[in-house]
Amino acid sequence: MSRHDTALYRKELYTPFNLVAGIILIIGCVITVLRFTKGLGTVTHLDDNYPWGIWIGFDLLAGVALAAGGYVTSSAVYIFGMKRYHSAVRPAILTGFLGYALVVFALNYDVGRPWRLPYPFIMQQGTTSLLFEVAACVALYLTVLFIEFTPAALEWLGLRRARNIVTKLTMLLTIFGVVLSTLHQSSLGALFLLAPSKLHPLWYSGYLPVFFFVSSIIAGLSMVIFESTLSHHYFADKMDKTHLEEKEGVALGFAKAASLVLAGYFAIKLIGIAVDNNWHWLATGYGLWFLAELLGFVALPSLLYAVGVREKNLTLIKWTSGMTVFGIILNRLNICLIAFNWHLPYAEKYFPHWMEIGISVFILTIGVLVFRFIVTRMPVLYEHPDYKDTHH
Amino acid sequence: MSISRRKFLGWIGAAGMGTALGTSAKAASNKAFTGYPDSMGVLHDTVLCVGCRTCEAACSKVNELPPPEKPFTDLSVLDTKRRTAVEAYTVVNKYEHAGKQGKPVFVKKQCNHCLEPACASACFVKAFAKSKEGAVTYDPSVCVGCRYCMVACPFNIPSYEYDSAFSPRVVKCTMCHPRILEGKVPGCVEACPKEALTFGKREDLLKIARERIQKYPDRYADHIYGEHEMGGTSWLYLSGTAFGNIGMREDLGVKPAPELTAGALGAVPIVVGLWPVLLTGIYAMSRRKEKIAAEEKEQAVAAAVAEIEAKADKKLADVRAKAEKDLAKAEKDKEAAVKREVQKALGEAAAKHEEKAKTETEEES
Repeated sequence: MSRHDTALYRKELYTPFNLVAGIILIIGCVITVLRFTKGLGTVTHLDDNYPWGIWIGFDLLAGVALAAGGYVTSSAVYIFGMKRYHSAVRPAILTGFLGYALVVFALNYDVGRPWRLPYPFIMQQGTTSLLFEVAACVALYLTVLFIEFTPAALEWLGLRRARNIVTKLTMLLTIFGVVLSTLHQSSLGALFLLAPSKLHPLWYSGYLPVFFFVSSIIAGLSMVIFESTLSHHYFADKMDKTHLEEKEGVALGFAKAASLVLAGYFAIKLIGIAVDNNWHWLATGYGLWFLAELLGFVALPSLLYAVGVREKNLTLIKWTSGMTVFGIILNRLNICLIAFNWHLPYAEKYFPHWMEIGISVFILTIGVLVFRFIVTRMPVLYEHPDYKDTHH
Repeated sequence: MSISRRKFLGWIGAAGMGTALGTSAKAASNKAFTGYPDSMGVLHDTVLCVGCRTCEAACSKVNELPPPEKPFTDLSVLDTKRRTAVEAYTVVNKYEHAGKQGKPVFVKKQCNHCLEPACASACFVKAFAKSKEGAVTYDPSVCVGCRYCMVACPFNIPSYEYDSAFSPRVVKCTMCHPRILEGKVPGCVEACPKEALTFGKREDLLKIARERIQKYPDRYADHIYGEHEMGGTSWLYLSGTAFGNIGMREDLGVKPAPELTAGALGAVPIVVGLWPVLLTGIYAMSRRKEKIAAEEKEQAVAAAVAEIEAKADKKLADVRAKAEKDLAKAEKDKEAAVKREVQKALGEAAAKHEEKAKTETEEES
């Protein structure tokens, strides 16, 4: 590289985005050191009543739901044969893989002794725990997503034979991915089945596992639209003709599906209230908050998606996808934190320490940076010219 | 190594059977677990408790906990509601005016040692166990520190050492399990000056409690807390007032914690068994649809090609026929022309000959 090139490269590196990201990374590293030398007490507001904070509520529960795009898209294309969404598969798998990798990364901050994370598998298997199921499925699914993503990396590296072997596994991996996702997405909700006395009756339901699974489909569909919008904004030059041509169809198709699943989700949430006869709770303060979530972030986006599809209004669809993603995050925070310990007086409730938020932002930033590193190098938003029409 | 389909299916089957036979899902069966026989427990009679905090001091001493800010003799501590913590495995709380004639009631709080503990059911590394002596024990050597046990505990008992960076533990009352194994009684029970705490076999304690209720119906509420709550606990309570008035939840139900998640856990094998079948079926259907679509497309293309070919053939034939006709006509014309020319030539020749003959005759005459 000549001196001139280096100077140019340097200049390109100092963008406002990179500067902000750099500052976040530095702060994140400082908090990381504090966390692992001084303990959880120094950097979090966790206490004995609130053993789980935003690292579980946001990073784990919401993170896993939002990473559902991988199994949703790959099953739509490979199992249901919707080939016209093929260009959405790789970005969705990548988002899913990074999502899960970061969930596991975040867990290392949250658990007291992260170096023991393999203990449930190698020491004693606590198979009566839903957390064991979650741990096993997340570990396996992270592996599945990794393998599903490797073709892009192998094409980039030019390893044709290895790449062809992996693509032969596509069907098997997709089905395995759906099984694992069904299990752990629902189990994350089922974790709270054990705490009927702590979670507000409007959110507590025997259907929690079903609610979590169905809403993960919504989150997956919406994240594909949301991510595609952002990618198109920042990486349009990386997209090939097929990707650009299919993009609109993906947004319309996924929005239509999301609208329908949201409507179904709304219906089963109502059934949940009816089954436990919880109607009278709706007239309380928590009831209003519950209605805000259910009407504002389930019913409304379902309607907006439907309107967006009918009028082919892509801008509306984009905004609705953001709104839906926010709604899913809100739901997970409600269950894990806000409606949790609802008996406790306000003064004893949990609010995150700024350093907890700092770590969550830090991890999110790492995700965005790795995503950018990969899509600017590997064939994710475009098909590798050597493998055109092989469709994997 | 090559694996035949039969071999593979055999392995899968063996793995499935292994999983199915390996463990029994007690919670899903119709057998109720009512505790280990002859397991021990403690009866806390809140009517007898005077709130002297001697039990707290004894607990602190037995478990070698750091001394608190205010000494155990300072009863002003009772004015604020407390919960169990890292430095206090047990706390006594005061409930003003909850007793007879508006007297305060004191309630000791510690791990209730459930018969089927929520913490043990929640732990993904089996760090908690219900011992046959009655205590719910904790093994810090395997604990990962996920704190799901704390989320699960309906009595808000376990506490966590958040300030330890390298070896944080979950801490809670051990019912002095090591002392029980030595044949001693728990520290708090030994120290209680008012016999508000009674240590014994849970079965015997239930009898004692029932006797007291029967003997002094005006002194006790007709409810032994812990007999059935959350499937039953090894610590039992007597009270002169409704337990709701002295900070103990009456809405916990009688279902042991493992039953709350048994359904969700039971769904796992069904998902694992059904999803691949359904999904492969859907895949097969979409593949078949694609195949049929491709075949239909092929047929349609073939038909179209045939039609076009037929048309082209006909056109070609027409053209050829026309050409042949034209050719024939042309040949005919040519023949006619030749004939005509020949006749013309012959005619001319004849005329010439005639003329010549005429001239010769004229010359002769």
